[in-house]
Amino acid sequence: MKDNNKKKLKLKVSAIKDGTVIDHIPTQNLFKVISILGLDKIENQITFGANLESGKLGSKAIIKVSDRFFEDDEINKIALIAPHAKLNIIRDYEVAEKKVVGVPKEITGIVKCFNPKCITNHEKMTTRFRVVATSPIALRCKYCEKHTVGDQIKML
Amino acid sequence: MKRDLISITDYSKDEYLEIMKLAAEFEKNPNQNLLEGKVVASLFFEPSTRTRLSFETAISRLGGRIIGIADPGSSSTSKGETLHDTIKMVSNYADLIVMRHSLEGAARYAAEVSPVPVINAGDGANQHPTQTLLDMYSILKTQGSLDNINIFMVGDLKYGRTVHSLLMAMSEFENPIFNFIAPPELQMPAEYKMFLREKGIRFFEHREFTDIISEADIIYMTRVQKERFSDPIEYEQVKNVYILRNEMLAKTKPNLKILHPLPRVNEIHTDVDKNEKAYYFTQALNGVYTREAIISHIMNLK
Repeated sequence: MKDNNKKKLKLKVSAIKDGTVIDHIPTQNLFKVISILGLDKIENQITFGANLESGKLGSKAIIKVSDRFFEDDEINKIALIAPHAKLNIIRDYEVAEKKVVGVPKEITGIVKCFNPKCITNHEKMTTRFRVVATSPIALRCKYCEKHTVGDQIKML
Repeated sequence: MKRDLISITDYSKDEYLEIMKLAAEFEKNPNQNLLEGKVVASLFFEPSTRTRLSFETAISRLGGRIIGIADPGSSSTSKGETLHDTIKMVSNYADLIVMRHSLEGAARYAAEVSPVPVINAGDGANQHPTQTLLDMYSILKTQGSLDNINIFMVGDLKYGRTVHSLLMAMSEFENPIFNFIAPPELQMPAEYKMFLREKGIRFFEHREFTDIISEADIIYMTRVQKERFSDPIEYEQVKNVYILRNEMLAKTKPNLKILHPLPRVNEIHTDVDKNEKAYYFTQALNGVYTREAIISHIMNLK
């Protein structure tokens, strides 16, 4: 049964020659990951799958991007919405390197400050947070200085 | 690089002391034409008579000229202009911006937008650093030191930004002791207590005034506001518990001073006013000297 699923998965998401595979993305955050990484604005070949079975997440999504490789600080931007994401860097159909996502020290944009009286919720401006704790994640707003913690974290 | 004053923690202990030193100089000689030829914008997007008058007095005594907004209803903000655009425009006109805003973080954002220095005169419930510096100046002046001070903070310790900032600032000095007197709904937030624990600073919590105030060097009173209570009955139960009366001061230390950021409603009975330990009106006057000191420090005038 398990082998069958694996075969099906392979059929659904074709292999790439060179590029990056981002696996173990929570399905509900797939499009946010695409947007945060700017994959909706590039011309590379991209295949993605959603609602795939995953032991860890229940349901997961996967993205395969041809000829695109990410710097650590680029990929760390998705830490808040896909903390368990794993990256396989593919060269000539082989996994050349594996990477995991790390929580960055600072978060610029992406997240909304949960304080309704924060200036960032009233002006057209970029939010900025310092990560003050990682489990659960706690973000200190640079502007109102309040902490946005765990479930309070909402994406913009 | 320009210098702003947005949060009390933007400044180091040395800078606090530098500002205290300058404030003492301005107290001796308040009228100094250091801001001659300069224009200071006083932007009160949220009305605050006391703070605005104090700043404008400080600017006037330094010989500066003031442009500004005192009535937000008539300002460009009410026409829908963004804070960004208002600050961009005003920073073209003025050499310094003093601002108060009801939104938290507004001053930090203004400082990013503005090429001229910004002084935060209060941003919502977040910060009011010039109040903290004038509180410190009042403590230094009356106690002779900022070390070894036993401070009692009374009233609304949950939402009171002045007590939070004062706690942070005084923790930079040697051996402070904090005593918190507040109703259960308005206790000092856990994050500040954790901060004190991590620094190894002693603090004690009380539900009401007792003889313990005989140990106080400073009693810092704040207003317990009805709108802070989810249950009006609880407010009725506590509203008279946190009122300081003259008879309660009988056994207190001779060096004790009573501070209050003002406005007072009823939390300090008027019979305390004639007691020489009442210091809140002088504290307000100290605000002018401290603000002269802060402006001079930021503008590199001294």
